[in-house]
Amino acid sequence: MSRNGPLALIFHTIFVIVMVAPILVVCLVAFTPEGFLSLPTNGFSLRWFRAIGNYPEFIHAFWVSLGLGALSSFVALLFAVPAALAIARYRFRGRDALAALFLSPLMIPHVVLGIAFLRFFTSAGLGGSFAALIIAHVIIVFPFALRLTLAAATGMDLSIEMAAVSLGAGGWTLFRRVTLPLILPGVISGWALAFIQSFDDLTMTVFLAAPGTETLPVRMFLYIQDNIDPLVTSVSACVIAVTMTALILLDRFYGLDRVLAGKGDTGR
Amino acid sequence: MSTAAEERGVRAPWALTAPALMLFVGVLLIPLAMTVMLSFHDWGQYKGIEPVFILKNWYEIVTDPYYAEMFWRTFRIALLTTLLTAVLGAPEAYILNRMSGRWKSVFLLVVLGPLLISVVARTLGWALLFGGNNGLVNKLLMSAGVIRAPIPFMFTETGMVVALAHVMMPFMVLSVWAALQRLDPQIENAALSLGAGPVTIIRRIIMPQIMPGVLSGAIIVFSLSASAFATPAIIGGRRLKVAATLAYDEFLNTLNWPLGAAVATLLLAALVLIVVGSNALIERRYAEVFR
Repeated sequence: MSRNGPLALIFHTIFVIVMVAPILVVCLVAFTPEGFLSLPTNGFSLRWFRAIGNYPEFIHAFWVSLGLGALSSFVALLFAVPAALAIARYRFRGRDALAALFLSPLMIPHVVLGIAFLRFFTSAGLGGSFAALIIAHVIIVFPFALRLTLAAATGMDLSIEMAAVSLGAGGWTLFRRVTLPLILPGVISGWALAFIQSFDDLTMTVFLAAPGTETLPVRMFLYIQDNIDPLVTSVSACVIAVTMTALILLDRFYGLDRVLAGKGDTGR
Repeated sequence: MSTAAEERGVRAPWALTAPALMLFVGVLLIPLAMTVMLSFHDWGQYKGIEPVFILKNWYEIVTDPYYAEMFWRTFRIALLTTLLTAVLGAPEAYILNRMSGRWKSVFLLVVLGPLLISVVARTLGWALLFGGNNGLVNKLLMSAGVIRAPIPFMFTETGMVVALAHVMMPFMVLSVWAALQRLDPQIENAALSLGAGPVTIIRRIIMPQIMPGVLSGAIIVFSLSASAFATPAIIGGRRLKVAATLAYDEFLNTLNWPLGAAVATLLLAALVLIVVGSNALIERRYAEVFR
């Protein structure tokens, strides 16, 4: 395999700088000691991180996001694990159609989903409630939970299950003691990826959130609409930190390259 | 095999998928159908939504040039974003693929990682780079001698395209990278041994083979850009509307839900047509590559 020429490396360097610059600038500005937006030139300061404490809306929104992400990803897995096992194990009529339906939230624009859920939950009398947010998030994170569980279930050695059956294990024991432990890495990564998707979603959630159930991205978005100041950069830096933590978890359990490569063919 | 076991084999997959299927029918298909129906309802400032069947909203969208302009802007931005990601993302994927092991995985992470970082945070980063009290991007471009006068990025389509291209870039790199994995490096060496120069190799050997990857990446980027909300809303401000931000306004500010539903339905229908149509075209054109 031939090496990259100097021109290619210059292109690559500029490309990487441009990719990282917006994220880096947010994190740097968050540490400014000034009262306005500026890159920290005279020393770093944590004043804008402390300032978050004076805005209970952000703190509250953070807990809403965290709870929503954790819970909706968990509920999505409760539905996705059996579905993934069925799709991985059996060849049945309607299998492809079902898989397409379960992955369809990836292809429907989130703005359309937001509108559909707003209409639906308002007429169901659940408008602006936390329950509505959970159900909506279960739908949008479902494909991620399903896909990683499916990958784990497809790669599983079925003879281990057969051995368990021959030793007398039945239904629930078989699942709890044999199948689940074997697909657990896929299930946990599915949960982490689903959590990130839920934690970061703005487009759909902005339609559903009401004061009290605003998630962090929604709170940040509404704040940015009015003014951009260092406070919102320190909040963003915290969000980036949470995502990074989930990413490290994903990398440990599953390997990030596999997760990302799986995500690339969403539009097929 | 007894018949009971066979019967279980037929029923089991349905029993396992039934909960998820009911969830999807109940809280996805029904709400979507309700939205399409909503677009045919009437609305008035004082009477609210009236559940009748009229074509008023659709007539308004088709006849009022405001909506035509807004949809053209949406698709123009999406198309330019797609072109920008293809022109920059495809070479980058090629360069990444030629790197040696360690560097490859490090930079793959750097290029693809942003995919999972909040779009609000990333767009905020662009807003900081574009505007504020110094405008870092303009300063850099001017000191490098690329431009003479500062380009307005905030509240313009240029700024939206740049920020959206950054948000969408990982999808393009991933898609081209996947295509490159299927490529046999020996073909490149064969061309080299037959006396082909680097330009000829890229034009005649690499390009035709990664084209399916570029095109399927383009479909993903286009459909996501055309329905993007956060980036156009933050960079474009309140005046420069695209389909998603207009629908948001109709729903949460004007409260004309039926009109907003019509805009959303049209966006969904247009995207489905474009995506399915171009997928079919690509698969026919590159049938042998996908086999």
